[in-house]
Amino acid sequence: SVDSWDPAQPLLYVLRNGLGLHAVKFGCGLGQCGACTVLIDGKAARSCSTPVAQVGGRAVTTLEGLGTPEKPDKLQAAFIAEQAAQCGYCTNGMIMSAKSLLNQTPNPTSEQVKQGMAGNLCRCGTYTRILSAVLRALKA
Amino acid sequence: MNRRDFLRTSSVVIVTFTFGRTIAESGLAQDTNLGKPVDPREVDSFLAIHADGTVTIYTSKVDVGTGLNIAMTQMVAEELGIPVDRVSVVEGDTALTPDQGGTGGSTGITRGGTELRQAAATARQALLKLGVNADMTNIGMVAGGKRLDLKVDAKAPLRDPSSYRIVGKPILRPDVPKKCTGTNVFLQDFSVPGMLHGRMIRPPSLGAKLISVDEVSIRGIPDVRVVRIQNFLGVVANDEWAAVRAAKALKTTWSESQTLPGSERLDGFVRATAIERDETIVNRGDPATALPSTAKQLSATYWWPLQSHASLGPSCAVVDFRPEGTTIWTASQGPHGLRANFARVFGIPEDKLRVIFMDGSGSYGSNGNDDAAADALLLSRAAGKPVRVQWMREDEHAWDPKGPPQLLDIRGGLDAENRIAAWETQMWLPANVQGSRPLLAVDDAGIAQPHGRGAGQISQNGDPPYAAPNVKVVVHWLKETPLRLSNLRAPGKIANIFAVESFTDELASAAGIDPLEFRLRGITDPRAIDVIKRATEMIGWESRPSPNSRTQSGSVRVGRGMAYMRYKQMENYVAMAMEVAVDRSSGKINVKRITCAHDCGLVINPDGLRNQIEGCILQTLGRTLHEETTFDRSRVTSVDWKSYPILSFPEVPAVDVALIDRPALPPMGAGEAATAPVAAALANAVFDATGVRLRRVPLKLG
Repeated sequence: SVDSWDPAQPLLYVLRNGLGLHAVKFGCGLGQCGACTVLIDGKAARSCSTPVAQVGGRAVTTLEGLGTPEKPDKLQAAFIAEQAAQCGYCTNGMIMSAKSLLNQTPNPTSEQVKQGMAGNLCRCGTYTRILSAVLRALKA
Repeated sequence: MNRRDFLRTSSVVIVTFTFGRTIAESGLAQDTNLGKPVDPREVDSFLAIHADGTVTIYTSKVDVGTGLNIAMTQMVAEELGIPVDRVSVVEGDTALTPDQGGTGGSTGITRGGTELRQAAATARQALLKLGVNADMTNIGMVAGGKRLDLKVDAKAPLRDPSSYRIVGKPILRPDVPKKCTGTNVFLQDFSVPGMLHGRMIRPPSLGAKLISVDEVSIRGIPDVRVVRIQNFLGVVANDEWAAVRAAKALKTTWSESQTLPGSERLDGFVRATAIERDETIVNRGDPATALPSTAKQLSATYWWPLQSHASLGPSCAVVDFRPEGTTIWTASQGPHGLRANFARVFGIPEDKLRVIFMDGSGSYGSNGNDDAAADALLLSRAAGKPVRVQWMREDEHAWDPKGPPQLLDIRGGLDAENRIAAWETQMWLPANVQGSRPLLAVDDAGIAQPHGRGAGQISQNGDPPYAAPNVKVVVHWLKETPLRLSNLRAPGKIANIFAVESFTDELASAAGIDPLEFRLRGITDPRAIDVIKRATEMIGWESRPSPNSRTQSGSVRVGRGMAYMRYKQMENYVAMAMEVAVDRSSGKINVKRITCAHDCGLVINPDGLRNQIEGCILQTLGRTLHEETTFDRSRVTSVDWKSYPILSFPEVPAVDVALIDRPALPPMGAGEAATAPVAAALANAVFDATGVRLRRVPLKLG
């Protein structure tokens, strides 16, 4: 268990510094880029702008909770197979947003994936591979 | 392990979690190798053979998400004759890696990789003489832990490319599984014992002076210390959120200043800026005399704005300042250059300053990483503890050194057969100033430092790659430019090729000739012809002049465009074609498809190469459609992803890449080349669709 001295502290800092869960990344602190995405009760949320007090009693899943390099879950495996990363700073948010999307829309079209992940930015321009990876995961 | 974890709250927030792993402090794990040679003339500087038969390679060229690491691994594994999975890489550590220059200008493979390959080839010959068998299965037993004490032999025989078993294969990158599972240790994730978190309070305007700081304003935030050195102002705290909150809450007063021209009409400012000197960089025939007598004459002006590296993760550094030896952990693309500069500026002997690269957010040149390191160094020095600084979003967008503004005028004339008879390019570019780029923290703290300026080789590719008897390219090097500059991916070339390849299309249109045919008429280099034909075939090029005269109903107009260039006029050949649909009522430019044919000589890893080319294309599509650093008289105003948008997911077109492998030719880097034709291909497609010629970036239909 972890104490936070400030209930307004964004979940991001609690996860990264309190719990050593470093998959979530600080990108903007404004909820604009998606690098900090986690699942709260199965739905994508921006941990950089979610006060920790708001997640009491709710299930938080981070990228570490999906799988490991040795035993990746099917989205992670699809991202690896498509080599859908360059610098990898956005990758956490891309996979977690895709997870959330597939939780709600189990069989999205390519256009639905693009629209559903509109809030996740990739500066390296890996979008086409990320799209291929999400579509690959559907077939897995 | 069940990682579905629950958070509960009462009066205190309690977070309950189960987790298994702590983060390895990878930067510190390399200390066992201290004392190894780093002289780039020595084989041992590049390679270490271990008793278990594995090999470590050492290089100053760093992988910033480009796949360089696996490519270099493949080159060494091939040349030595060992499997890829027995090779590991140490990159960018001034105590361990030879200085092969910084990572930039697409030199990771061309210099970094080929030097390693030559060292491996030299090592192989020596190992065979020592009794290692041809399959290297006893390499660890014979040579493990031993130094070869050998100079790199420039003549050591290289393997015949026709025998390659590793080079040319799409071997998967070792970092990707870690990046997809949250187990890759980024610089941003790295910590050392006793480390404090730092955040900066930057001046509200360029050149503002700090008048007062009210420390009472942050009294409610635990364990925060304010560090002020003249106009340098930061906070350090045990807790990162405390540092973030304190930096935001700290009340300060500054004397504001108005030193900037504003970005509104920056092209006019650039044209009116005093010229330091003119440089003629291409001079063939006599275009000034030839132009007036040509059959058709055209002229046009093109504009490219200041742009940010806009790294997704703000710049970061961890610095442990100690009189007995300071360590900087950084994602800078030039650890050796950083060390040399910091040693001079902070008066630290180079042998007491170690710079260690770690993975960071993609940087695409020199973003704010060096500045964040200077911030962290001053904070660590003041606090007497290691300090980690990560910039906030607005710090990165406002304060990273920018890609330069570029203004180009082109005049050209066609002869009676509609061939290019004369061509003249004038460029207005910020002049280089000798010395290192000034570090923000160092200026703020009132410490003397050089005030150099440079943004890379920004004047290249200003001349057309097509036959033309009279060509002149003149650069007006300007005395001033509004913001700090640095190399931003494919420095200068993207704007220059935007202008040259747009103007080529304008000439083709004036001639009433299909843009593809017009280009092919002026080119004889078979490698150029190969990429041009391939990219246009892939998109199903309609042979006809632009604009598209076909009757189109509704408000949507479709068109296709292309561009070609040879990077730096001597490296990669890249041709690109695009299909667009433009909504004339909304002005929205919808890019449907992009095809690209790419020839960079020998291909080391085709999948890694494709990934780079795709990234080059999509990143530059965003730079062309959206990106402009804006500022008023005092400060940068594009400080987040809303005021500085980049390409977003729904805008992403289909991208098809064809690689043309030339195994007998040297390998060229591919981190930049495919960026360069993007803007022109897009502007040409928009012209084809609408008949409107866009000559200013970001492209906007009025």
